[in-house]
Amino acid sequence: MSDYAIKVENLGKKYLLRHQAVGRRYVALRDVLADKARSLFQNRKSEIANRKSVEEFWALNDVSFEIKAGEAVGIIGRNGAGKSTLLKILSRITEPTTGCIRLRGRVASLLEVGTGFHPELTGRENIYLNGAILGMHRAEIRKKFDEIVAFAEVEKFLDTPVKRYSSGMYMRLAFAVAAHLEPEILIVDEVLAVGDAEFQKKCMGKMGTVAQAGRTVLFVSHNLQAIRQMCRSVILLKQGKVACVGEAHLGINMYLDQNASAQAGTTDLTTHPRQRAAEVGRLLSLKFMNQQGEQVARLNHTEDLLVEVRFRIDQPTDTLDIPMAIVHAEGIKIFSESYSDRFPKLQLGVGEYTVQFSIPLKFLKLEAYSLAVGLFDGPRYGDFIEGLPLPELVNEAADSHMETHRWGFVRIPVAWKPVSPAATV
Amino acid sequence: MLEQTGVSKPETSNSRRFKFSVSTFRFWLPLLAAGWQDVNSRMNEMVIEAGKTERHYWADLWRYRELFFFLSWRDLLVRYKQTVIGVLWALIRPLLIILIGTVIFGKMGGMLSDGLPYPVLICAATLPWQFFASALAEDSNSLITNANMISKIYFPRIIVPASAVIVSFGDLLISLVILAGLMVWYHVPPTWRLLTLPLFTGLAFFASFGVGLWLSALNVKYRDFRYVIPFIVQFGIFVSPVFFTSSVFHAKHVGPAYLWYDLNPMVAVIDGYRWALGGTAAFDAWGLAAALTVTALLLFSGLKYFRATEKAFADII
Repeated sequence: MSDYAIKVENLGKKYLLRHQAVGRRYVALRDVLADKARSLFQNRKSEIANRKSVEEFWALNDVSFEIKAGEAVGIIGRNGAGKSTLLKILSRITEPTTGCIRLRGRVASLLEVGTGFHPELTGRENIYLNGAILGMHRAEIRKKFDEIVAFAEVEKFLDTPVKRYSSGMYMRLAFAVAAHLEPEILIVDEVLAVGDAEFQKKCMGKMGTVAQAGRTVLFVSHNLQAIRQMCRSVILLKQGKVACVGEAHLGINMYLDQNASAQAGTTDLTTHPRQRAAEVGRLLSLKFMNQQGEQVARLNHTEDLLVEVRFRIDQPTDTLDIPMAIVHAEGIKIFSESYSDRFPKLQLGVGEYTVQFSIPLKFLKLEAYSLAVGLFDGPRYGDFIEGLPLPELVNEAADSHMETHRWGFVRIPVAWKPVSPAATV
Repeated sequence: MLEQTGVSKPETSNSRRFKFSVSTFRFWLPLLAAGWQDVNSRMNEMVIEAGKTERHYWADLWRYRELFFFLSWRDLLVRYKQTVIGVLWALIRPLLIILIGTVIFGKMGGMLSDGLPYPVLICAATLPWQFFASALAEDSNSLITNANMISKIYFPRIIVPASAVIVSFGDLLISLVILAGLMVWYHVPPTWRLLTLPLFTGLAFFASFGVGLWLSALNVKYRDFRYVIPFIVQFGIFVSPVFFTSSVFHAKHVGPAYLWYDLNPMVAVIDGYRWALGGTAAFDAWGLAAALTVTALLLFSGLKYFRATEKAFADII
């Protein structure tokens, strides 16, 4: 008998997709009765036709894996790969269609921060309520109460209804309750994607201590950096099946390759959300390439990243500038540059153009950064798009100085000199 | 687990004498120390298998009993948060019904009143009926209003409709003030029969919970089912002896309706209330037996239907 905490065998979950008439969001008794009545008078053929409109969909299919006690495991996969369904089955919200799961120990699942919070109730009341919803006992909550309040930093507002809380306070309080659960198995969905950078950091820290305390953690995230930091192994899901179970970096690389081949082309910027409507021109698409001009989803940190931006000019301009900036995942602006730093401002007529620039990655850490690009033309508004994630930075040589726990947001190669005896006077 | 927290065996010469008690301790101490369910969950592994989730049903319900208290407490708290309005609302509705009933049926109809002043008679019916009606309304919406919780957290779903009934129960307790006030005003002396009031209230509680289970589950499945509830309530107030008495009904011999009349559990509840207040109508044991049977059937079938559908709640809600 092995020391597993979670053992999943041949798990499957089937959903029935009803291709029903538009506008029927729910099953209504009215419709059911009407259909029944209709089928009484119609022949059997139409019934068969009706049945055909129900399609089976396997959100999970033949999923098997085993997780050892005390292991932190990340679950990755693209949207619709079945991650959330898996978590829902593991946390018993919904039943599997086939297969079997064995869980050893008390399970707590955190699929959403603040489930069951009631806006009319005070912070104090919500702590007790949410604790109970997450499966804590009253005595347990009472014991941890001060700790929860301190973690959430809401001492002053304990007796204020949470509807008057700022969204940050609300999130902090909600996470604080969940973070003080002490289950043997913790199941966490992408709950850390909310809140400000500092809050996220705090959550990650707390999750890390939970994992180090020998509890089994199952963690779904799109934040690969977080997965890398916390989990030693990952489960990669692809279209409801396990594509890979194994060491974190292997799984993540496989996932990235899978994404790269799926993207196969350029990022379309025309549908990207913008602050304002463009006047002068519009950004059309974006391509990330290595120096060889091959499209990539990940790059070694020693390489340079080549970016190609395609844009359209709608109004002739003679003072066009193209700014770009790199922003750290925690919202810190790292640096910005403009086309005009190197060349004079552009004189362009109506038409489509491309611009390329390359960024040396050796100054960045192995963390998530995003790109912002724009079209500026003095008083006339051009276009500006933020939050375009850079390709994943990887460390193929496994250099120790690339470890992620270093301070700061950039990495400047410092020239160290060897230690020598101090000159005595 | 046992080894870790158990009491170690004393090595002294009289260890034989202690043998029995020590071994008992070795078994019981950890259970007492860690709490039964923690030990239970740590030792056993839980198996989730297709179609076999029921196995833990009642154990889970017991484990989640605190959630039931907290949800009821939340609903009550939210209900009476704006205290004046909340409490007044619980009083105004039955008061209006009593007033209208007294004026229209009492003054104009001149019905029998079983030896009770007419306002007291109506009040004894209005309070349980209001409880029943509002419990049905609360219950039928309860799962939908808590949809967010149901799709994100596991807990025995039955807690939701159960705690929804508690809110209506809170209203009932508050509105008992009206009954007390009317009894004082009309000099209706309390007798030992008044002690049976909780029993009839319990009957109303289980009857409404039974129907509520059906309605809440049906409402998840068929979203237009909520339109049925006002109908049930409107219809119910006329087939239940709210504005008349069962003795009037029996006196008129209303044909085959007579058989159906007693199947409505609220008839027994209302008759029971009136009897408990000192009404002169004879205690209808057969009616009570019928009501108990119907309530048990409702509860049982409601439970069965609820459990059959609850597995799919998270998928369809």
